[in-house]
Amino acid sequence: MRLSPDEVIFWQNGFFKLNATIVWTWVLMLILVLGSRLVTRRLSSAVHIPRWQNMLEIIVLGILQQLREVGLKHPEKHIGFLGTLFLFIAMAALCTVFPIYEPPTGSLSTTAALAIAVFIASPLFGIREQGLVGYLKTYLEPTPLMLPFNLIGEVSRTLAMAIRLFGNMMSGTMILAILLAITPLIFPIVMSLLGLLTGMVQAYIFSIISTVYIAAAMQSSEG
Amino acid sequence: MLIDWFTVIAQVINFLILVYLLKRFLYKPILNAIDERDKRIALQLTEAEAKKEEAQNEYLKFQQLNDEIAKQKNDLLAAAEKNAAAERQHLLQNARKEYDLLRSSLQESLQNEQANLRHDLKSRAQQEVFEIVRKVLSDLAGSNLEMQIAQVFVQKLQAIGPEEKARLMSALHANGHPFMVRSAFELDGVSKAALEKAVKDLLGLDLQVKFGLAPEEVGGIELSANGFKITWTIADYLDSLEKRISELQQIRG
Repeated sequence: MRLSPDEVIFWQNGFFKLNATIVWTWVLMLILVLGSRLVTRRLSSAVHIPRWQNMLEIIVLGILQQLREVGLKHPEKHIGFLGTLFLFIAMAALCTVFPIYEPPTGSLSTTAALAIAVFIASPLFGIREQGLVGYLKTYLEPTPLMLPFNLIGEVSRTLAMAIRLFGNMMSGTMILAILLAITPLIFPIVMSLLGLLTGMVQAYIFSIISTVYIAAAMQSSEG
Repeated sequence: MLIDWFTVIAQVINFLILVYLLKRFLYKPILNAIDERDKRIALQLTEAEAKKEEAQNEYLKFQQLNDEIAKQKNDLLAAAEKNAAAERQHLLQNARKEYDLLRSSLQESLQNEQANLRHDLKSRAQQEVFEIVRKVLSDLAGSNLEMQIAQVFVQKLQAIGPEEKARLMSALHANGHPFMVRSAFELDGVSKAALEKAVKDLLGLDLQVKFGLAPEEVGGIELSANGFKITWTIADYLDSLEKRISELQQIRG
């Protein structure tokens, strides 16, 4: 039994390999980028706009609104990173309705990669906002005694995020596979629906938590 | 091992590429379009506001104009009404004046007619009376009326008072004209002589007396000198008769 799409390897040359995770990620990237490109190729700034543009505007404005509510003062600056995080995870969960598809987020490698990206991005955003010294000072707060705990917290939350996302995505596909073996009729459909829901929720949670981390990194000196 | 480190690195790179591509093809164009639309809508709203204000101004101006026109209309109407009333009054006054004029002229002509009639009546009555009296006198006394009148006049001269006599004298002295005796009828020689004698006796002077005709003196005789007159006519009696008759009429009226 496979736990991760990493195990499906199409091509390998030493360290380099092409597994299902990478391939499905490319497919998702292609869908997202081509879809955006198709819609944004003919954008209208008139009062009446095409339906697809309207849909994308709703998505983008919704993400912006969420980022603003979490506490980012200029969400337009961070929508590239955080919005893509959400869209990628959401799309990965959404595509589970297709039979042969395997979500790349069901691979611990992908979730780890996303968590590492957040882990690197949050200090970067913090430094960009407050300067290097200002950012590093946040590790000494409230007292320098807290430095080791702050460092441990930084690492552990990255790990926790990676494993949470992986667990949720993998479990969804896993439960589906098990149920298909036990009761091949009807019940897997219900579970599949549930999987869709949990997938969307995970996408939301993952991006919101990332936003909170980044916002915290940027605002700690101000707050 | 659940984590494949090559896949991890590949996924990080994939993710960064995706971030770049979506930024390039999704967020930027969409946000730009939204900003542009916001700007355009704001502009349109501003324009609409300006237009609304303009329309409001136009409306106010129009209303003011309307009010002015209504006021002018009312003023004109009031003036026209006033003029019409004045004109009416004027016309009424004119009509009344005309009416009064007509009435007075009618009255005047009526009065004239009445006067004429009365005058005619009077002269006619005088003549009739004269005729009757003459006839009566000639029938009864055998002498004609003229003679009787001359006799009466002579008697009147003889009976004249000293005061009148003095005035007659002064009138005679004032100018040298002779006395003039005028009568409605031709006096016969006897009467003339009697009259002449009476005058001479009255004044105690030898003076000439001229005789003339005065048809308007109905059945009368007149002695005149320089504006001073002594007369006797039937008209005097008729006048008193007329006076009494008109008095009677007034009492009845």
